[in-house]
Amino acid sequence: MIAEAGLAALWLAAALAVLQLGVAIAGDRLGDLRRIVVPVAVAQGLLTLFAFAMLIWLFLITDLSVQLVAANSHSDKPWIYRFSGTWGNHEGSMLLWVTVLAAAGAALAIFERRLPAKAMQATLGAQAALAIGFFGFLLIASNPFARLNPAPLQGQGLNPLLQDPGLAFHPPTLYLGYVGLSVAFSLAVGALITRDVGPALARAMRPWVLGAWVLLTIGIVAGSYWAYYELGWGGWWFWDPVENASLMPWLAATALLHSVNVLAARGGLRAWTIMLAVVAFSMSMIGTFLVRSGILTSVHSFAVDPERGSFILMLLLVYIGGALGLFAMRIGSVREGAQFDPVSREGALVANNLILTVILGTVFVGTLYPLFVEAVSGEKMSVGPPYFNAVTGPLTLILALLLFIGPLLRWRRDSRPNLRRIAAPVMATVLTFALSFAVWPAMSALARLGFAVAAGLAIASFLPLAGRNLRRTPLTIWGMVISHLGIAVAIAGAASDAALTKETLVAAAPGEVHRVGPWQIRFNGVDPVAGPNWTAVEGHLVATRGDRAVRLDPQSRFFSDPPTETNEAAILTTWDGQLYTVIGHQEGNRWQLRLWWKPIVTFIWLGGGLIALGGLLALIGRLFREGRRRRGATEAQEAFA
Amino acid sequence: MRARSKHQRLVLVLLAMAALIGAVLLAMWGLADRAAYFRTPQDVAAGRAEVGVPLRLGGMVQQGSIRKEADGVTVAFVVTDGPATVPVRFTGIVPDLFKENSGVVAEGRLGADGTFVADNILAKHDERYMPPQLGNQAAEMATRETVER
Repeated sequence: MIAEAGLAALWLAAALAVLQLGVAIAGDRLGDLRRIVVPVAVAQGLLTLFAFAMLIWLFLITDLSVQLVAANSHSDKPWIYRFSGTWGNHEGSMLLWVTVLAAAGAALAIFERRLPAKAMQATLGAQAALAIGFFGFLLIASNPFARLNPAPLQGQGLNPLLQDPGLAFHPPTLYLGYVGLSVAFSLAVGALITRDVGPALARAMRPWVLGAWVLLTIGIVAGSYWAYYELGWGGWWFWDPVENASLMPWLAATALLHSVNVLAARGGLRAWTIMLAVVAFSMSMIGTFLVRSGILTSVHSFAVDPERGSFILMLLLVYIGGALGLFAMRIGSVREGAQFDPVSREGALVANNLILTVILGTVFVGTLYPLFVEAVSGEKMSVGPPYFNAVTGPLTLILALLLFIGPLLRWRRDSRPNLRRIAAPVMATVLTFALSFAVWPAMSALARLGFAVAAGLAIASFLPLAGRNLRRTPLTIWGMVISHLGIAVAIAGAASDAALTKETLVAAAPGEVHRVGPWQIRFNGVDPVAGPNWTAVEGHLVATRGDRAVRLDPQSRFFSDPPTETNEAAILTTWDGQLYTVIGHQEGNRWQLRLWWKPIVTFIWLGGGLIALGGLLALIGRLFREGRRRRGATEAQEAFA
Repeated sequence: MRARSKHQRLVLVLLAMAALIGAVLLAMWGLADRAAYFRTPQDVAAGRAEVGVPLRLGGMVQQGSIRKEADGVTVAFVVTDGPATVPVRFTGIVPDLFKENSGVVAEGRLGADGTFVADNILAKHDERYMPPQLGNQAAEMATRETVER
């Protein structure tokens, strides 16, 4: 009955989405009845959450009469993987996607108070239109609640790579960010329909964009670290199409969150901001299509099913095409925004947006190029790190250089920017660059420049605080400073990983000592170990540096359901880097060992964390200020009465 | 003021167009020599694989062809797609599901001596994580075998 209850809730939610769209279209003709659009949106969100909770329940009790559970779970799994396994498959992850979409619509209906009633209706209508398509996809092409008759005696288990606590957090966080951008999309569409594009819209959109962006950042950073330790390949970003699918909305959302500030603060960049809001969620949908259609090779593509692929493709064409068409028809009538000089804060933000757009464009082309080539010529090919690093690396550094001066410029016009203020970071950059030749004679130019720019930006990011009373500095400024500092930290980590990593690959007999970077690693043999649903060979290593000795026990695990082997790297984190060890196969009496010393590699995720933290501070600052202003307004009204 | 207003929007639109065109040109430049084509042993035999450029070689690991070298971390094997074969060398830890008579994709470059030097080996993990290229190829080989029989 649990599965049927979930399915019924989904159908009901889909029907409510249709009703919501209908009410939004009929609008004023319904008189006061039109106000039901808000409770309808809330009910739709709650019903979808209920359906999702039912699926989680089915996975927790391992109800094998449900096809999805039977195909992806196993009663022997620890409960946390039965729980997170709910979204470790196609149907479950699509239900999570739709749940976030409906819940975002409900949250919008409950919390958004600034928008005029008309714009709100149009926005909820747009959100309902999005929901209908994806409910349709779920119910017609990917029903998660389908029954299996007769029920099998045991499930087929979950891909061992996914049997990791990371699965409990990474997809939900990412999806909240991905699909949270749908609110920005709907607000943009609503604004186009009501022809009301102004600072009020930007102020309504800003917290949603910021919130989605923070979650997307956390999701990407967590996913990167997860891949780093779980795959045992020592890399932190593989330019896998699925990684790109999450990076593309992030790039668009990053541009959007900067341009929405221009619109909110200065009334400028109107058409631009609307366009970015449309593009950001379009990228989320394209990412979903790429991942869920199975046309790209990836550990994330659960199943290849042409019917699903064409269904999502159709949805994409309707939504993106519709939004762009509306944009083309209406944007002429949107009033021109406030003017600004090329040298001004707005000018710098436009430059930021342009560079982000170029990065987005190159990632987009690189990700889709193999599909394009195969469609045109039948040639099969892949585009990987050599392309993406060469193209996006220099652009990222240019963007980071822009951060030296951008936040210091005045709004509207800054005819004589005080360039002496950035003397210190520029000096730091030049000095680091020059010194790097002495310290590391052989290093790629990109890594060298990376260190130099990171050193400069680390200082430059604090400059907006200069001359301010730190206690009275708004949280939004602190947020910006911390995020920009995070970029410097992450660039330093990435440059270090690319240029300073030391690697040793050997077949070692027990008792042998091998060297990697500053560490001496002694191999003390292996032991068999067993876990709840796996067995493993565990290597015993003792790593010494100076008088410090640490034990490391990397494992090579064997899972029986489904039969798979995985590498569990043993990682030692010190203040100045990570020692990353993997055990491979047996060769006679020797075992393959792969050892890496990665100086300050942790800066990559530390920087990513700072970027997200900055966004979170800015969001708290905005909401706090908003709350105070609203209270102030009420008090003023009361005093007046 | 009115004229200037039109002017600014025009400039922004032009900038956005320039950025998009720039992105595409940059991507085309980058893709020209950095995209790795998927090749089968037959393609290599027919001369459709340049020496020294990044490639992905896909096929089956030939039965009895896996040889371990003395250092314990280098493996040599032969990739086949039926009619043609290509020798491959790889230094590193091969994936767990790397086996004889099993699908494999080697990323690397073809050497002047005809040996493919792989930087990375992808093996068939399970039917849910199989490169589509390999999927097609395995299906083709299966069909061919049936026909031959």
